[in-house]
Amino acid sequence: MVTPPSALVIIGSGLAGYTLAREFRKLDEQAPLTIISSDDGSFYSKPMLSNALSKGKEIAQLITSSADEMREKLNATIMSHTSVLAIDTKAHVVSTTHGDIKYQSLLLATGAIPFRPPMTGDAVDEVLSINNLDDYARFRERLEEAQRVAIIGPGLIGCEFANDMLNIGKGVTIIGPDPYPISGLLPTVVGRVLKSALSAQGLALHLGTTATAVDNNGAGYRITLDNGSEITANLVISAVGLRPNIALADAAGIEVNRGIVTDQYLQTSASDVYALGDCAEVNGLNLLFVAPLMAGARALAKTLSGETTAVEYPAMPVVIKTPTCPLVVSPPPRDTEGEWRYEGKAPNITARFSDTSGTLLGFALSGDAVAEKQALTATLPPVLTHLSGKN
Amino acid sequence: MKTWKCVICNFVYHEVDGLPSDGIPPGTRWDDVPASWECPDCGAGKDDFEMVEI
Repeated sequence: MVTPPSALVIIGSGLAGYTLAREFRKLDEQAPLTIISSDDGSFYSKPMLSNALSKGKEIAQLITSSADEMREKLNATIMSHTSVLAIDTKAHVVSTTHGDIKYQSLLLATGAIPFRPPMTGDAVDEVLSINNLDDYARFRERLEEAQRVAIIGPGLIGCEFANDMLNIGKGVTIIGPDPYPISGLLPTVVGRVLKSALSAQGLALHLGTTATAVDNNGAGYRITLDNGSEITANLVISAVGLRPNIALADAAGIEVNRGIVTDQYLQTSASDVYALGDCAEVNGLNLLFVAPLMAGARALAKTLSGETTAVEYPAMPVVIKTPTCPLVVSPPPRDTEGEWRYEGKAPNITARFSDTSGTLLGFALSGDAVAEKQALTATLPPVLTHLSGKN
Repeated sequence: MKTWKCVICNFVYHEVDGLPSDGIPPGTRWDDVPASWECPDCGAGKDDFEMVEI
């Protein structure tokens, strides 16, 4: 089957793919638009996967629109359960399991895939990663029977899931090499506030160590840690991090680094091919959050409608969904010299990061201090300004 | 009084209730919600809400 040429073809029906489609349709109601999805093409709320239990949401309630509804809303062709086999950037053709599609512009919105820590044991394959609705459905099914859950990876996603399960009365253990939870984003004092709050709610933490093996153990699993201790659980989740999904771009000869390399117009090294969201490395920045994706989608929709627009990122604080200890963080740029200063009394901490000249470059807020989010954000410099960086 | 829904995560803002936890008093019309306000559940911006009939 050969589909008629599309002005815009989008690979991926996650938040990046559908947000760009929506923004594009605001500016161009008619240009043929095709979205290729490896799953059923329904639009669901990914940020809600990590707080759906506390909010009493069932899987079906997380789906905002079915593929049919999206097809109608977006006046788009949606190819569900379709895998992309190859991209010919010269001929402007995408080959799929359901035929070839010619594009004028192509968006790679392939997202990110969980990476797994190297572990041994006869139950390694039963460790769950949760990165899409199908994974999440499997998790919910397994959770019904599980009273004790172990999470490998004390980062943002691991802690959000931990808090969500604690809220419904599950026993949760979290394991990882970090000195305190979410150490990749939070400064020490705020991380310790989070640690105390979650501990007080019953979270067991095994920090400064890693899980080396997961084995079947009768009714559940035995997890062996590299400090020699063992813990048992009925369900094991891995949340050690995500890697941009760059395989397709790489195979097509498009420049990749950590993510798919783009300039400030989200253009890749191949002409008329763009990348957005978790898979994209925009001017050296690979940010796996909602706000950069929204900013990117708005700029790219304009570019694709004829008004070439560079992406600009304002300061974009991240709200961490750990209701036991509300947190907002705007981490300073990597490799910046400076110092964290703290105010307030646990659990209500305001942490400010300033460089050597005293300029505020980041902040982290816990407890009641999260109310300062807007005021502090307004004083931060933007993350990416018009034609900043390497151009 | 109207109701607005986040297209990203389905969070609902009711004008009649406001959002006191974000400093928005009950009865605040959508137009009067600050442009810099963000969805408390997912961080999407005010532009990413659409009006819904409930």
